[in-house]
Amino acid sequence: MDKMPKWADIVLIPLISLLLAAFFSALVILAIGENPIEALNLMIDGALMRSAGWGYTLYYATNFIFTGLAVSVAFHARLFNIGGEGQAMLGGLGVALVCLYIPWPHWSLSILGASVGAALFGALWALIPAYLQAKRGSHIVITTIMFNFIAAALLNYVLVEMLRPVGAMDPASAKFPDATHLPSFQDMFSTAETPLFRGAPANVTFFLSLAACLLVWVLIWKTRLGYEIRAFGQSETAAKYAGISPVRITVIAMLISGALAGMMSVNTTMGESERLILNSTEGAGFIGIAVALMGRNHPFGVLLAAVLFGFLYQGGAELALWTSIPRELIVVIQALVILFTGALDNMVRHPLEKLFIALRRRNA
Amino acid sequence: MTAPAIELKGISKAFGPVQANKDISISVQPGTIHGIIGENGAGKSTLMSILYGFYKADAGEIFIKGKKTLIPDSQAAIAAGIGMVFQHFKLVENFTVLENIILGAEDGAMLSTSLSNARRELKHLAEEYGLNVDPDAVIENLSVGHQQRVEILKALYRKAEILILDEPTGVLTPAEADQLFRILDRLRAEGKTIILITHKLREIMEYTNTVSVMRRGQMTATVKTEETSPEHLAELMVGRKVLLRVDKAPAEPGATVLDIKGLRVVDDKGVERVKGIDLAVRAGEIVGIAGVAGNGQSELLEVLGGFAEGTGTILMNGSEIPLSGHGADGQTRRAVGISHVPEDRQREGLIMEFSAWENTVFGYHHAPEIQNGLLMDNKGIFAEAEAKMERFDVRPPDPKLAAKNFSGGNQQKIVLAREIERNPDLLLIGQPTRGVDIGAIEFIHQQIVNLRDQGKAILLVSVELDEIMSLSDRIVVMFDGHITGERDPGQTNEKELGLLMAGITDTSTVAGNGNTTPPEQEVHANG
Repeated sequence: MDKMPKWADIVLIPLISLLLAAFFSALVILAIGENPIEALNLMIDGALMRSAGWGYTLYYATNFIFTGLAVSVAFHARLFNIGGEGQAMLGGLGVALVCLYIPWPHWSLSILGASVGAALFGALWALIPAYLQAKRGSHIVITTIMFNFIAAALLNYVLVEMLRPVGAMDPASAKFPDATHLPSFQDMFSTAETPLFRGAPANVTFFLSLAACLLVWVLIWKTRLGYEIRAFGQSETAAKYAGISPVRITVIAMLISGALAGMMSVNTTMGESERLILNSTEGAGFIGIAVALMGRNHPFGVLLAAVLFGFLYQGGAELALWTSIPRELIVVIQALVILFTGALDNMVRHPLEKLFIALRRRNA
Repeated sequence: MTAPAIELKGISKAFGPVQANKDISISVQPGTIHGIIGENGAGKSTLMSILYGFYKADAGEIFIKGKKTLIPDSQAAIAAGIGMVFQHFKLVENFTVLENIILGAEDGAMLSTSLSNARRELKHLAEEYGLNVDPDAVIENLSVGHQQRVEILKALYRKAEILILDEPTGVLTPAEADQLFRILDRLRAEGKTIILITHKLREIMEYTNTVSVMRRGQMTATVKTEETSPEHLAELMVGRKVLLRVDKAPAEPGATVLDIKGLRVVDDKGVERVKGIDLAVRAGEIVGIAGVAGNGQSELLEVLGGFAEGTGTILMNGSEIPLSGHGADGQTRRAVGISHVPEDRQREGLIMEFSAWENTVFGYHHAPEIQNGLLMDNKGIFAEAEAKMERFDVRPPDPKLAAKNFSGGNQQKIVLAREIERNPDLLLIGQPTRGVDIGAIEFIHQQIVNLRDQGKAILLVSVELDEIMSLSDRIVVMFDGHITGERDPGQTNEKELGLLMAGITDTSTVAGNGNTTPPEQEVHANG
């Protein structure tokens, strides 16, 4: 018998955790002498009340959906992929190569090509830690973290020494050809009479991320591979008994995870900057961990959590713009959200479970 | 009459909607052995955990020597003179006996005084109760029986007057169990009070003064042992009459299905666990492997099931199956007609977090009939799971429930339904009734016999000697990775098997020609 109804588990607990995080964030804002209510208004106004705000929120959310899904898929196999950041960086390289060196006739084809490139490079970057874990027992948390550093250094080298156009001063590739320009929300939804999403970076990749959610859901819950990944994640001994190869599942789960993380770069590198730059990932690989944690490793939960973190990112930028609240404080607020929704999950869960049990007994 | 050593009044404890203990009252006189018997999940362990301060009772009172006592934690339990010997020992494997004994009861910051005090005390206890253990031996080098003695010594060192033993003989050879009961006898004679939790009716009948029966969280009866019988106790445990013996016709063995030649298995630590055994199982017979846990039976099953590697030759229906490398996996084994009910259903046979219906195809999830293009045919699997659960009387019959929410017996039925209904040529079955209640044991044994009668080969491994004796058509005994003997169940007895299980192959002194143990001694129930 489950201790409480499913809706409480899925909706109530994150909601309460979120409120707690908001409360403590308010205390922090009070402590630096600002008005928390005003700050919240500002965040909501800047991130959700105008179409341009949404354009930014969903742009960030797209990144977080991909990296969140990446962490989730690996976690279903009980593999903690901390390397989303590095895999996304390499994904960016894949996107850049595809966009720069293949003459694309139309964006719709180039996005497919870029996705394949991003997924391939991300997956390959995850393959080495996966192999080391499966065959050599090197802990995947350690190796994926190390690979983030290697990825950053590698990208630096490639940009400075290889992709930088002659005479350019900044470590970035040449601008991608126009045929690879992805339609932004502004391109798609704005009309002359009603301008929408003006200047916002959200683009067609958002829909790609929604499709990824659906595909991951099908993969995990409806396919044989998903069944094996989940079984392996729950019990390695049982998986062995059933004839599920630990090596195979470890490698496949990490390949899928790396591919998803890499695909984030379609949004940033192709959709926004339209050239490969250093640090295009901006830590989204790590936010993915929090997103997966909060989204309970379920694609739909990841989607909601990603939108929430997109809101925090965009709202935070607004705060920094209009108040004396430093941008770093947003990191504090995000950290509080992660702390309460992830790490302190049981703090909310246990009292709530007791409450539901008491209620049930009274009704019985 | 003196005040009872320990008395419980109206103890109740609920876990969520489950009432684990309901208004339990018992009273145990000093200097007696009191047995507590009941099916799995009857609430015995919960009750003892309350006594030892692991759980707090929702209601009720505990009296020690007539004095009301609160036991909020295990420190308080120790202070009240209660000692506990758990089924799974709580010893630090790489500490010596002495270090383990003072652990948590050190006299001060420096160990040397504690150690010398303990050494003196230990010598004294050894003389008084016949509890001989080398104080400087490292735990991991001791036999299971001696490790258990260390647990008892730990309790006595802490001045325990009341000793609770949870399933103490589960891991012992018959000889070790005898020694344990001799020690318990001495302790009883010295005025200690012993509470013995067991599912073995024979132990209750032979060694206890009084016995309490628990069923579904309630104490259904407390009786003097001399005034009861195993049948009566079994009935009290289950709530209905139980068939305690397996009903089966003589076997009609056919062609050899499984032929093992010179099998050796080395475990992860490099220890050789199976040391070259030859064994054949024919169609239509049940071969039972008897032995104390840890003598290579598990490794044998694992190699046959494809999730451990070995060397040697194994023929399945005449063709060799790979024992290592490519093809030595569960999928390939299933493909050649080997089904496997593993020893540890919770860690191996089931994914506890998966729902029952998902578990009904575990290991067979590659079967073509449950695929629907690229996806799994979840609707079909669900419908079939519903039917399977109906046929195997799994309760509650709800395929959506996670495996962890079923009782041990019903979990086992889910595994059995999955493995038996695949209609294998060979069924490997390890500990079929471990942690399974009496009512379900009857059903599970019947299913195994039915499969045999359909002409299937069955290899059974169990540490329950009674189970081996009543189910098997041939008994093979393993000790230290070797086969020490093969007997006809009709031509042997427990003493002889016990000697073989201890590695003594000269059994002429006890060899029986027929069943020398009276029928009621074949009674057993897992709890």
